[in-house]
Amino acid sequence: MGLLSWGMYPKIKNKIFSLRSKEALGAYIEKTDEFIPHGNGRSYGDCALNENILYAKRYNNFLAFDELSGTLTCQAGVLLSEILDTFVKRGWFLKVTPGTKLITIGGAIASDVHGKNHHVEGCFSECVLAFDIMLPNGEIKSCKKGDELFRATCGGMGLTGVILAAKINLKKINSKNINQTTIKTKNLKETFEAFENYQEMPYSVAWIDCLAKDEEIGKSLLMVGDFADDGDLDYKSKKKLSIPFNFPSFALNNLSVKAFNTLYYAKAKDGVSRQKVDIDTFFYPLDAIGNWNRIYGSGGFTQYQFILPKESSFEGLKEILTKISASGKGSFLAVLKLYGKENGNYLSFPLEGYSLALDFKIEAGLFELLNTLDESVVKYGGRIYLTKDVRVSSEMFEKGYPLVEKFRAFRRENNMDKKLNSLQSKRIKI
Amino acid sequence: MSYILIIGAKSDIAKEVARVYAKAGYNLYLAARECSSLEDLKQDIEIRGGVEVELKEFDITAYATHENFYDSLKKRPLGVIVVSGYMAEQKTAQKEWIETLNTINVNYTGAISILNIVANDFEKERRGFIVGVSSVAGERGRKANYIYGSAKAGFSAYLSGLRNRLHESGVQVLTVKPGFVDTKMTEGLDLPQKLTASPSEVAEDIFNAQQKGRNILYSKSIWMIIMLIIKHIPESIFKKMSI
Repeated sequence: MGLLSWGMYPKIKNKIFSLRSKEALGAYIEKTDEFIPHGNGRSYGDCALNENILYAKRYNNFLAFDELSGTLTCQAGVLLSEILDTFVKRGWFLKVTPGTKLITIGGAIASDVHGKNHHVEGCFSECVLAFDIMLPNGEIKSCKKGDELFRATCGGMGLTGVILAAKINLKKINSKNINQTTIKTKNLKETFEAFENYQEMPYSVAWIDCLAKDEEIGKSLLMVGDFADDGDLDYKSKKKLSIPFNFPSFALNNLSVKAFNTLYYAKAKDGVSRQKVDIDTFFYPLDAIGNWNRIYGSGGFTQYQFILPKESSFEGLKEILTKISASGKGSFLAVLKLYGKENGNYLSFPLEGYSLALDFKIEAGLFELLNTLDESVVKYGGRIYLTKDVRVSSEMFEKGYPLVEKFRAFRRENNMDKKLNSLQSKRIKI
Repeated sequence: MSYILIIGAKSDIAKEVARVYAKAGYNLYLAARECSSLEDLKQDIEIRGGVEVELKEFDITAYATHENFYDSLKKRPLGVIVVSGYMAEQKTAQKEWIETLNTINVNYTGAISILNIVANDFEKERRGFIVGVSSVAGERGRKANYIYGSAKAGFSAYLSGLRNRLHESGVQVLTVKPGFVDTKMTEGLDLPQKLTASPSEVAEDIFNAQQKGRNILYSKSIWMIIMLIIKHIPESIFKKMSI
């Protein structure tokens, strides 16, 4: 059974070994020339793909929970959704969560994921107190904030070892509901102003219409919010709808994308409106549709996500949005967000500025378009997100990550560069 | 809250079945050989579910111990779920009798030994449920897997008869027939993704079918149709096939 990533591209054959015990893992590492750890397969591109895959999802026991401090210790294959199912009703939530709860703890660390509260809480690594990791020589290291191994592993795309278990801090909540405010903006300038005006809100993200042209470029729905305080912790994760097969490729043509964006945007009230929504609606809207990746057809898709420093964001986004709009290769979903300060991890994606994420169906001419977008990203001092990437060149990648040489050296010194590789790590030469 | 007894608790399916029942608030007896290796799972379930979990040493092929084992449970279980299974590699089992015997003993003889005891108790008490995890491999013998398949066929027939007998006493018997499941047992096999269930899918299916009082469950449900077709291929053709 070949494992795919979320983008269903590329499709390669692989041999899978399931992580079940440290002993078996030690033996596997010793006899396997090269492999990559793989969690729940929600990264979009080729960062968790190789001929040999270490499948970590079955290694998923909770190990300890301290009800006073909200400190959870669990094995690396535990899904964020399992944490929510267990702890929201007891008044705890993840300090940092990305837009899907269907990822493993190991994956969250390896991608150093971030969420709608990055400008306040930073990346996932901020809530990680410590973790255990098996190095390529079979040694298990306990590692905590401040260690070089920690800085290399958080955001390190699984290339430093196999994360076994982690100790993380949860956040106290008094409701499963979020008081949400939606702000409808008419152009990029208004969108930026809205982000600045609502900066004190802990959660914020904008859905942007990528097909808008000329003076409408950047028109968005900015959604900001914070947990309610109504004591309602009766959380049950919703039953999923699912898309049982790959859509035929004509299902997602330019017109249907445009119609979707128009409907979504038109549905929102003008100006500012307020809603009370639950955790799943606010944080994980797409998880409600299982396998939504299938709407792009069996050829697969990719997500292009980049970030630009704040001072060059306005010019840069305008240029990139113009290129996308002119190409007519639209995105079902484009997400814009203002981030907080960057951390010291070698390959973590976030920096202070604006990030945009867009989905593209894999088709002829796409990679050429993305190459020209790379040039704009680099020109404005930005970088692209490895967890979403499937095609960036080594040169373009490097320009965005000033600490990459430290990462490479660390891998070499610790003999990680031979054993642990993904298709991506080989392509971008890390 | 009532206790559920899970026999063969070390398997991937059993682990997920345990979690599903714990989530619904049931306390658990987890029975397996060398059950101390289940300490991690016990802890996990206690953190997730806030239920009581007791590990019980149990050897399904040590038939003489089964009566005492069942009597040693401090509270009679409301339900018993037999997940134990052993799948010898067919070619090895053809040559090595011990492998064949072990397949029969784990999948058939041992399961029946413990379920006879459980059934007598439940019949007397006129309550409870029994879930037996059999296999679609028991529906028709194929050259690729008929030693395991024939043991599971026997187990399915046993469960069918047991259901018939216990119907009057109001005891539910559910026969579970998983198709391909992505577990330790099938690791390394090249299984078709669309026909392969994850252990947690099978566990959810078992819980739902049991709670609804159903008799037979195929998981994934597509296997009901696949097996219907396979069962109806004329023998003169079937014997020439490689499936």
